[in-house]
Amino acid sequence: MNDLQPNSVLRASGLVKHFGHVVALDGADFELLSGEILAVIGDNGAGKSTLIKALSGALIPDEGEIYLNGALVHFHNPLDARRMGIETVYQDLAVAPALNIMENIFLGREIRRAGILGSLLRMLDKQRMMDDTIRYMSDLKIGIQSMSQPVGTLSGGQRQGVAVARSAAFAQNVVIMDEPTAALGVKESRMVVELIRQVRTRGLPVILISHNMPLVFELADRIHIQRLGRRVAVIRPDEYSMADAVAIMTGAKEVESAH
Amino acid sequence: MSDALVHERPQSGWQRSRAGVAHFLTLPGVGPLLALLIAMLFFATQTDKFFTGRNFSLVVQQVIVVGTLAIGQTLIILTAGIDLSNGMVMALGSVIMASLAVEFGVPPVFAILIGLAITTAFGILNGSLVALVKLPPFIVTLGTLNIAYAITRIYRTTTISNLPTTITFLGNTFTLGETAITYGSVVMLVIYLIAWFILRETSWGRHVYAVGDNPEATRLAGISTTRLLISVYGAAGFIYGIAGLLLIARTQVGDPQAGQTANLDSITAVVLGGTSLFGGRGNVLGTLIGALIVGVFRNGLQLMGIPSMYQVLVTGILVILAVSVDQFSHRGQA
Repeated sequence: MNDLQPNSVLRASGLVKHFGHVVALDGADFELLSGEILAVIGDNGAGKSTLIKALSGALIPDEGEIYLNGALVHFHNPLDARRMGIETVYQDLAVAPALNIMENIFLGREIRRAGILGSLLRMLDKQRMMDDTIRYMSDLKIGIQSMSQPVGTLSGGQRQGVAVARSAAFAQNVVIMDEPTAALGVKESRMVVELIRQVRTRGLPVILISHNMPLVFELADRIHIQRLGRRVAVIRPDEYSMADAVAIMTGAKEVESAH
Repeated sequence: MSDALVHERPQSGWQRSRAGVAHFLTLPGVGPLLALLIAMLFFATQTDKFFTGRNFSLVVQQVIVVGTLAIGQTLIILTAGIDLSNGMVMALGSVIMASLAVEFGVPPVFAILIGLAITTAFGILNGSLVALVKLPPFIVTLGTLNIAYAITRIYRTTTISNLPTTITFLGNTFTLGETAITYGSVVMLVIYLIAWFILRETSWGRHVYAVGDNPEATRLAGISTTRLLISVYGAAGFIYGIAGLLLIARTQVGDPQAGQTANLDSITAVVLGGTSLFGGRGNVLGTLIGALIVGVFRNGLQLMGIPSMYQVLVTGILVILAVSVDQFSHRGQA
């Protein structure tokens, strides 16, 4: 289980997390390889959101190690993970509707002007941020006419597009997408599917957490199946059916190898 | 394959120009500015004493105290908070400044600095209770309103006069053309410009909008919303101290009874200026226009010889109109 793949980006071994008497993670392993979309599925209570929180710094595991590009890391909060190039897109469209697209993309990471205007007057370099925003959005082929329009005027899919563009722009290592289509309709979900593919095309590996089996089977290169606080299997969508995956998830079927 | 992402909305010229007008009217500050201009035109046709430089200078002078308080109030309302304590905090600061300078012989500059420190400390207290203890701003500032009021009245019940000129300096005037303008008016306008610049051009300013708009998204973006909120309330407290200094300059006394309706008056100016009580939307120049709208109505109705209660009546109607517009546009956005 712990044999290190040469192209491993994010790896965890033996993660344990207790909440009182409840064991959310019971020695869970995890491995994300470079350039892949890895889906994480599991029944409610299987520990998949606890696993993702540990990987994104939102909680600290009681035991176990996390390695980023082979080096041991400790995340104390989400900012630690972000500083190490792990960005998360949340299901509930975590954008500020009254701020415009550029301001949302650069929220908390604003660029100041050069020289005394930036150092003394602390003025923002809006032109540069605007140029970068246009580039990020067009990299992902998100066609929105004006980057200065408030995010509140966008459709749900376009808003999620802004959130994905922000993550893709700043993630050096990993993009985590936590139920990115849960708040969206069918047509909007299609937009986000395209966005996730675009992120992978740009060379960033993606961790996709989703309940949506057709989405998982359409997008994922590999599927991590979580059950009772552990990784019980990693399967390829072309080798197993959705029914198999559900069977493994619920314990009706066992897989001999985890890889 | 990305066609689905591109939203194209073909529009006729008529639709576009109508949308353009509607867009123009919803731009921040445009509605309040139109209201101010219409009110000014109206009063100009009613009385020829209205449209003079001297009268305009008077209107500005009459709004400097509430206008300055309203700058701090705007910062707080942008974070989706509210400050009921500002009038009482200002009164406390001004009484301390006057008392220290007159009765304890503290050099006026130090008396002013101590007064500013006290109002800033009240702001930080409000901010800490809101951000750390997570109490609703309405309740927190209702509490500190009473605390500041009680401290002021326990400390002094009578007005303090014979103030040194250093403290009342901002009440002096200079002439521009034929018009006498107080330094206090200039101070208020300069603080407006500074606040406008900071809110528009700096990270801190954009974070003030963000935290009022979506605190969770702001926190997830790695911003310490706790520190941000405390700094907003603290900055507001500092501005209330300056309002206290302007109050002394205008009235030439330290008055423990001052500022009792200033909290609601400052909220009125903010709301008339188009800043949303839901937070995240609005701007401080709108608040200046809002304060001037109240000032122009009071002044104009006074010049027309209409009893003062009608001025209050009109202000009340204007506030309800402004909040209705806010509510309506907020619903349209959701």
